[in-house]
Amino acid sequence: MSDHNAVSPDGEVNPIETDYRVGQDNIQASIGPFGLDIHNPVFVISGLTIIVFVVFSLALQEQAAALFGWLRPALTSTFDWFFLLAGNVFVLLCLFLIVSPYGRVRLGGKEAVPDYSYSGWFAMLFAAGMGIGLMFYGVSEPLSHYASSVAEGAGNAASWAPLAGATGDSEAARRLGMAATIFHWGLHPWAIYAVVALALALFSYNKGLPLTVRSVFYPIFGERIWGWPGHIIDTLAVFATLFGLATSLGLGAEQANAGLEFLFGIPVTDVSKVLLITGITGVALVSVVAGLDAGVKRLSEINMVLAVLLLLFVILTGPTLAILSGFFLNLAAYVEYLPALSNPVGRGDDNFRQGWTAFYWAWWISWSPFVGMFIARVSRGRTVRELLVCVLLIPSLVSVLWMTAFGGTAISQLVNDGYTAAADAALELQLFSMLEALPLHQITSFLGIVLVIVFFVTSSDSGSLVIDTITAGGKVDAPVTQRVFWACFEGLVAIALLLGGGLTALQAASVSTGFPFAIVLLLACYAIVKGLASEPR
Amino acid sequence: MYRTIMVPVDLAHVDRLRKALATAADLARHYGIPVCYVGVTAATPGSVAHNPEEFAVRLDAFARSEAASYGHTASAKACTSHDPSVDLDKALMQAIRDTGADLVVMASHVPGLPDHIFASNAGWLASHAAVSVLVVR
Repeated sequence: MSDHNAVSPDGEVNPIETDYRVGQDNIQASIGPFGLDIHNPVFVISGLTIIVFVVFSLALQEQAAALFGWLRPALTSTFDWFFLLAGNVFVLLCLFLIVSPYGRVRLGGKEAVPDYSYSGWFAMLFAAGMGIGLMFYGVSEPLSHYASSVAEGAGNAASWAPLAGATGDSEAARRLGMAATIFHWGLHPWAIYAVVALALALFSYNKGLPLTVRSVFYPIFGERIWGWPGHIIDTLAVFATLFGLATSLGLGAEQANAGLEFLFGIPVTDVSKVLLITGITGVALVSVVAGLDAGVKRLSEINMVLAVLLLLFVILTGPTLAILSGFFLNLAAYVEYLPALSNPVGRGDDNFRQGWTAFYWAWWISWSPFVGMFIARVSRGRTVRELLVCVLLIPSLVSVLWMTAFGGTAISQLVNDGYTAAADAALELQLFSMLEALPLHQITSFLGIVLVIVFFVTSSDSGSLVIDTITAGGKVDAPVTQRVFWACFEGLVAIALLLGGGLTALQAASVSTGFPFAIVLLLACYAIVKGLASEPR
Repeated sequence: MYRTIMVPVDLAHVDRLRKALATAADLARHYGIPVCYVGVTAATPGSVAHNPEEFAVRLDAFARSEAASYGHTASAKACTSHDPSVDLDKALMQAIRDTGADLVVMASHVPGLPDHIFASNAGWLASHAAVSVLVVR
């Protein structure tokens, strides 16, 4: 198939000439009555390793908990500078590409037209990119940073305050708390996703290589990318995606369970969480079998509507004027503190930098193959500039608004009204406690639980789609049973991690896969620039 | 009796379609009607082509070679789907409307246990299409 690139896509592109054929290393077989079309050895290695991992975590729960408890702080405290530095590189690269002539390159060829409308496209990338995290941390993170910043001794080695904190100064602590939260949910995470999305879309639509992570590294490894260097990269991408997703699913189960106890008295137990994960994985299975348009896109749009409703409700019933003006004040605070917060070296706030920022960066990086590939798959026909502006800036602004509304309301309740219930509640309950102080809290809390569950489903179904594509060597038409397999496995990994160490285990797993993948992404930055340089603009 | 025959083809597995292709060609010659070969692809590079445009060129070449082999009139229609694994049935249904075909000749496997859960593409089309569907096993 060396004449593969004989026909250009919509308009001029500069494809890579290779004799490699998509799916040429695949095994096409059947297990019982079900057909398989899987990449050898990526599917086999990742599948077997994950089975061993699940069995280990379930069979040796105490040892697993001890290992995970050690792993996460060990990695984030040793490599915090590396995560922060890598995050800065991704942001700077995206900003450079937006303003450079490379921004004019269109994904899929100069004449390509987008497959999805702005609303459908935006709903999908937002639901995939942030999801449950916004629900889980929307109230708790701003509150936590505010409390640690204003407290006595902020800035000490034992403090969790960002930078030097603002002991006793409530207004300064609020600004710092909101800036630190937005820092974790703004440009940096979206730049990580944008880098992966752009790389995959460019090398797939314009260069004609398979839609899989290894293709991005063709400019570096050449034809060797179809061998072991590529197998390792793709397997790492599968691990990162699966564990990153499992972290979110675990958070979702914790929060949905807490919300159900809050509203209906359903006890928070391992059994409840396992039942929740099982039930919601079942819904995700239906969605994944329904496909990208009928399942994932429709659920993402439902999600978007529900999220907007909840956001509007909080803005209208909360301190409306403070939220609206807070949006701009928090944005200004974010810009002001951004250089200090993103500085990777010479800082004193070890707990904050290692426990919050480095963990987040690792988590976003572990999510990036999943979100990036998903965004790439729905972004054909967009220009590089359009993709980066929409993936980087618009979701960042939405995150600022979300955090201002939820976190700002919770801080206002604490500081202005003396309402301490949200601040005193467990992490997963803080959203519901904040809503309790607003009108119609039964309805909004229920809406919150529904949102957590639907975010859970959209993450799980789009994640299965992505893992299936990677483990099928870039084929997007592999048998549906493979997606069912991966959706079930995501649920199983989340259950195994929750039982074998709870949230710490989930976070340790995503951090440990995020670290090697950060190196992969830094190499991808070079490949992107090299790939774009050869494209017609 | 019929105006146009539509034959869904998977260019990656033409060898498995030989019986259905021969049946469609025989019917086309018998009734003196054209055959439209329909293929569904994703926008991403696949085992057959790097992009939808290249896929259309390959499908067109396939239709011309079938016409030359069997001596009937043939055309090709390439469809692009976001998710061909699950949207194939709907894409083929749309192709029936677009081509105006009133007979579909389609290869399929011998049904087994999984067909009770996931219907075969031919099985689904036979159940849902308003036109005649000849399933070749």
